[in-house]
Amino acid sequence: MPSYLIRRFAFLVLSLVVALVVIFVLLRLLPGDPANALLSVNATPEQIAAARAQVGSDRPLAEQFATWAGQMLRFDLGESYISGLPVLPEVTARLQVTLPLTLLAFALGLAIALLAGVGAAVGSDRWYGTLLSGFAQLGIAIPVFWVGIILVWIFALSLGVLPAGGFPRDDWENPGEALTSLALPIITIAIVMSASLTRYVRAATLDVVGSGYLRTARAGGASMAQALWRHGLRNGSVPVIAILGIELSTTLLGAVVIESVFTLPGLGNMLLDAIAQHDYPNIQGILVVSTLFVLLVGFAADIAQRLVDPRLRQTVSGNR
Amino acid sequence: MKRQLALAATITAAALVLTGCSAGGTDDAGGEDATINIGSLYEPQNLSNTGGGGQGVTEALSGNVYEGLYKLTDDGDVEPLLAESEEVSDDGLTYTFTLRDGVTFHSGDPLTSADVKSSVEAVTAEDSQSARKSSFDVIESIETPDESTVVFTLSQRSISFTYNLSYVSIVNDEATDLKTSEDGTGPYTLDEWKRGSTLSLTRWDDYWGDPAKNAEVVFHYYTDATSQNNALISGQIDIITSMQSPDALSQFDDNDDYVVNDGASTTKELLAFNDRVAPFDDRLVRKAVYSAIDREKLLNSIWGGYGQLIGSMVPPTDPWYEDLTDVNPYDPDLAKDLLAQAGYADGFSFTLDTPSYDPHPAVAEFLKSELAKVGITVEINTITADEWYTKVFQDRDFEATLQEHVNDRDVVWYGNPDFYWGYDNADVQKWVADAEQAKTTDEQTELLKKVNEKIAEDAASVWLYLYPQIVVAASDVTGYPINGLNSQFYAYDIVKE
Repeated sequence: MPSYLIRRFAFLVLSLVVALVVIFVLLRLLPGDPANALLSVNATPEQIAAARAQVGSDRPLAEQFATWAGQMLRFDLGESYISGLPVLPEVTARLQVTLPLTLLAFALGLAIALLAGVGAAVGSDRWYGTLLSGFAQLGIAIPVFWVGIILVWIFALSLGVLPAGGFPRDDWENPGEALTSLALPIITIAIVMSASLTRYVRAATLDVVGSGYLRTARAGGASMAQALWRHGLRNGSVPVIAILGIELSTTLLGAVVIESVFTLPGLGNMLLDAIAQHDYPNIQGILVVSTLFVLLVGFAADIAQRLVDPRLRQTVSGNR
Repeated sequence: MKRQLALAATITAAALVLTGCSAGGTDDAGGEDATINIGSLYEPQNLSNTGGGGQGVTEALSGNVYEGLYKLTDDGDVEPLLAESEEVSDDGLTYTFTLRDGVTFHSGDPLTSADVKSSVEAVTAEDSQSARKSSFDVIESIETPDESTVVFTLSQRSISFTYNLSYVSIVNDEATDLKTSEDGTGPYTLDEWKRGSTLSLTRWDDYWGDPAKNAEVVFHYYTDATSQNNALISGQIDIITSMQSPDALSQFDDNDDYVVNDGASTTKELLAFNDRVAPFDDRLVRKAVYSAIDREKLLNSIWGGYGQLIGSMVPPTDPWYEDLTDVNPYDPDLAKDLLAQAGYADGFSFTLDTPSYDPHPAVAEFLKSELAKVGITVEINTITADEWYTKVFQDRDFEATLQEHVNDRDVVWYGNPDFYWGYDNADVQKWVADAEQAKTTDEQTELLKKVNEKIAEDAASVWLYLYPQIVVAASDVTGYPINGLNSQFYAYDIVKE
């Protein structure tokens, strides 16, 4: 296990380096000059040159990358070209919205998926099993922003019981108010996220239900629920954990989209603004932070899988 | 089954009780204690007027937090604000301003001539990103003989000088970090700017003039018009400063809970030719294109019943406006005649560089179909705002383009042959120069009217329409500006019942 950990960590670092290069190069392929964002329609050639010097777009690409990578190593995300304000404090402030949104939506989505997935598996030959599977199919097919718009229309505009968007001015000072603002976005993401997850839970549960060890446990006098709880859960969770890692990352991406539907001051909205304005330091800062999140989640999921299933520890690390 | 139903009902009821109390979000207090919630699409980039803060700074802070020596009223007039009096020398080269007495900044420092000097110098500084920078090229020196007197010496007459000063926010010269904080003299102080979300202003009790009629103003920022409309419908905001989705207007138009105001705008939608290149170097061709386009139909399809047709670069709120919409009438037969006279009886084709954001793509499609009717083939080339700036504005590598020009009093750009559209007429250049050096505003107005007429006759560009400026508000609020000239939004007179 320790040698596996070291190798897995090395892979994490390598992935991060590759991601940095990709993020940097892809942004530079965009047409136009980021300096333009600083200029108005009556700028003189001198002002244009000054703006290019200010944002560094007049320097060779390699030099720009070296400067930037150096900054990243010092955890310095630089300053926005457009506002001139440092990127890191803003990213941190925005995470106060995006992170709770992602984690709560993930938790709710997971709870729905576990109930619905097990229900669909247990009732696979009953009407409710078919219905649950049907809903899961439907949930996979519809885009997350569309669900958001529908929920806004029902709960905010028609019933008027939840706000249509926005986040309290005093952030989390009044948690109830903050949660109320996040209620619809959380439900939206959870619905869409749970749909795909339900299918995995259903498949995993069916595997377990049809397995020999469960039959043995039931033959020993355990009820179906007891057998599932004692033996099924751990066995069934191994494939689900791998999927969970991916789903958590996807949830973060879903949050990015849904923030704009609900006008939440999170990373997603910041990213959209930054892209519209060609604000490279902001775009890069957000991408680096979210890439780091995705890589860490993947790392954690791998480790968790090995903790749950001893067989994986042995075969992969090879030290029986 | 019954138990399950009861459980479901209880959960739903609990959720409604928990959330119901905090839904909506507007404070109930009215009158002097009211909080006015304003929806806007223009969040500041930072809070500096000269450091790239953008249009959002003007909207939220001009007149509210910062004040100038002069103010541009919502009707387009220039009135003294922090200047008590002005004295202009006979040759028009020396302006002596006396500052209003008893004005202090929010930090408590008194307003002095040094603050005025440093504020103007911030606009003209080398690293200034102010769009108004070049209008102060005429300043030769600024002197401060005493604490309440500022003397500007100009290199040549400039009749727009006081008007231009209305754009300069007077900031305490001791203030630091203007990108995230402020020190102005206005009726509100900045409470908090929560980036990506809200900017709130609080009434300042030591204000030198009439106090604000409400206790607090909160600008809520949206990136999309639909979310903004939803916020108004669900009561989270009271006013939308500038409605950008005409399709959504119907839900407010026929509803007594809202007022839809059709104000005056200065934003012009232009089909700008590159007047340097064939065939657009020929005025007959430009006039033919102009006459081939049914502007009324275009405006109607983009903005419904809102907005206005113009026949030149000048909006009605500029002092030298005249109605020139008939100089190049919509007349496809005339267009064909003109094309034949110019030697293009069989038409021609050109590339229209079209910014990718609204409303340009829709306008481009419309122009394409209109011009096809007189034999002109339009090839639409969609480009980003950024590409537009490089390709069209800097490199002049284009035949024709669509663009919106937002400023007031900007007809003078036709007097600059180096501007991107390349309109080059010696008379117009002279009139524009003379107008700026005019001794009286009447004289200035007379000359700029001649400019309007000439550029319209020459069809220097096609001025397709003037955008509407639509402020939508809940019907229990009054006193807001409806024209919002130069993007400003004075909030101090707003009253909520």
